[in-house]
Amino acid sequence: MPPKFSGVDFYNIDGLLSEEERAIRDTVRDWVDENLMPVIGEAYVAGKFPKQLIPGMAELGLFGANLPEEYGCAGLNNVAYGLIMQELERGDSGVRSFASVQGALVMYPIYAFGSDEQKKTWLPQMASGKVIGCFGLTEPDYGSNPAGMITVAKEMKDGWTLNGAKMWITNGSTAQAAVVWAKTGALDDANSIRGFIVPTDTKGFSAKDQKGKLSLRASDTSELVLQDVHLPKDAILPKSGGLKSPLMCLTAARYGIAWGAVGAAMACYDEAVSYSKQRVMFGKPLGGFQLQQARLADMLTEITKAQLLCLQLGRLKDDGKSTPQQVSLAKRNNVDMATDVARETRRLLGANGILAEYQAMRHLANLESVYTYEGTHDVHTLILGQEITGLNAFN
Amino acid sequence: MKIAVCVKRVPDSETRVKISPDGKSLDEAGVKFVLNPYDEFAVEEALRRKEKAGSGEVAVFCLGPAAAQETIRTALAMGADRGVLLQTDKIPADPYETAKLIAAALKPDTWDLILFGRMAIDDYNHQIGSLVAQLLDLPCVTAVSHLDIQGAKGVAEREIEGGIEVLEFPLPAVVTADKGLNEPRYPALKGIMAAKKKPLEIKPVQPAAGGMEIVALAPPAERKEGKIVGEGAAAVGELVRLLREEAKVL
Repeated sequence: MPPKFSGVDFYNIDGLLSEEERAIRDTVRDWVDENLMPVIGEAYVAGKFPKQLIPGMAELGLFGANLPEEYGCAGLNNVAYGLIMQELERGDSGVRSFASVQGALVMYPIYAFGSDEQKKTWLPQMASGKVIGCFGLTEPDYGSNPAGMITVAKEMKDGWTLNGAKMWITNGSTAQAAVVWAKTGALDDANSIRGFIVPTDTKGFSAKDQKGKLSLRASDTSELVLQDVHLPKDAILPKSGGLKSPLMCLTAARYGIAWGAVGAAMACYDEAVSYSKQRVMFGKPLGGFQLQQARLADMLTEITKAQLLCLQLGRLKDDGKSTPQQVSLAKRNNVDMATDVARETRRLLGANGILAEYQAMRHLANLESVYTYEGTHDVHTLILGQEITGLNAFN
Repeated sequence: MKIAVCVKRVPDSETRVKISPDGKSLDEAGVKFVLNPYDEFAVEEALRRKEKAGSGEVAVFCLGPAAAQETIRTALAMGADRGVLLQTDKIPADPYETAKLIAAALKPDTWDLILFGRMAIDDYNHQIGSLVAQLLDLPCVTAVSHLDIQGAKGVAEREIEGGIEVLEFPLPAVVTADKGLNEPRYPALKGIMAAKKKPLEIKPVQPAAGGMEIVALAPPAERKEGKIVGEGAAAVGELVRLLREEAKVL
């Protein structure tokens, strides 16, 4: 068995965490070491999400961990939630994505926009992993521009009828319930966007696996088709209204991604350090060469900066003072950083770096998706540009 | 069932420990401390016994510094009900002194079962459980890998050389847990949050020095670098010769 992961903490950032936050981080870290690490390489190559891990994740309380206890959740603060995402993505971005979607994109909108009835029905079942959820916003022709969506929900006398298609849906084929976003008014009216809870066994709903992925292979990614999907009146999330609602979900998920990316980077750095000490070339360990030391020094510097960024963002969020633009900055910086760290680790490992036996190439390939999803790197650049200048450069 | 579990705060086995300049103690800077792994089996067993009985109490006792509260809270996060820290910065080198303090703390209550890990992974002494049993005048079964409780009777299995020993004993009793007794649970995140609200009593203690003293700690000798004598079948002759003449193992 490989040695247990002991983290990367050059600035004693642990000292800024509470005892509970550290205990939560260490528990998830141990769980990942003992349950995820032994299976992830094979699951990735096989292109399968390791479903057998779901009950264990639920038992720990990883789903919607920052939502209140009255709904069966752990009621943690946002820093602890972030640390969970960090540790999961230290294992694999696909597994972190699974938890992000379940918690931030499915449970969160039900919690924030749902009726009491909906919260009581769905949240405890989702916290316990009995119901897996997915989130349908992106469409084949509307990725960075979700306002343009063409999925519609028509109000009928006895409910709603949904028609449309959603693309790049994590957990799509695994899910028992989908939170689907659709326009209830004219196609040019983004303010008419509402959320709906769609049980995936509803007639007219289908999910198809996305084939041929070279990234996030240990994650279920699907296309959803909704063809005359008829739902009862109370399927709508009553407090959802306009594009702002799904964007709030994305902000919640992006927050976790900013932390998750640090986990992936830490995993790669750890691998790079251990390899550079063991691998001998020209009669001395790789780590004894200046070029490799420069790589390692850059990685450690960037990881340390990203860790502090996440922690302060989390503290702001816990005080109710974080802004979506701050979340954009963290997601943009940290995912880009992690991709660089993964790539440099891959290169430091030489030919071994391309093998599934090591982690770097898997993280690198995953992070290319993470770079693109939940607001691409470029979109976050424009969000920050707009924040700085007050000028919209999107269109 | 009323169960006491006695635990110890020890350095994580993954940690590289350094010896302090005094040459007699460990330098704790940067060392991660954990609940002694054998004690985890004891905590888990206590929780299972209580769950099976449907009611009762699991109390955790620990002798150690203030930081050992964290160790107790790990057990509380797993599900134990309350903790008692016998607080001292100086853990006696003589296990008998530790055992006397633990026995004194346990004595005022009546326990159905008192559980220990079979040893602490830092000092490898294997003594506290047996000593406490003796001091409390209770039967003691050590290194138990399977435990069955029926009413006031316990049946324990111990893995001994080449087989399994089965023992019967009356309760109350002291049992020390071996690896294999169970698979300890992860503390659920909710449990970690709840642990802070559970009672943790701190009792300062003044251990006597006892009859033992650590005079020196030394790291194990560095292993000599291996030798590659050649490759393939051609190297076998030389390998056998070296094993016989140099290593003297053949």
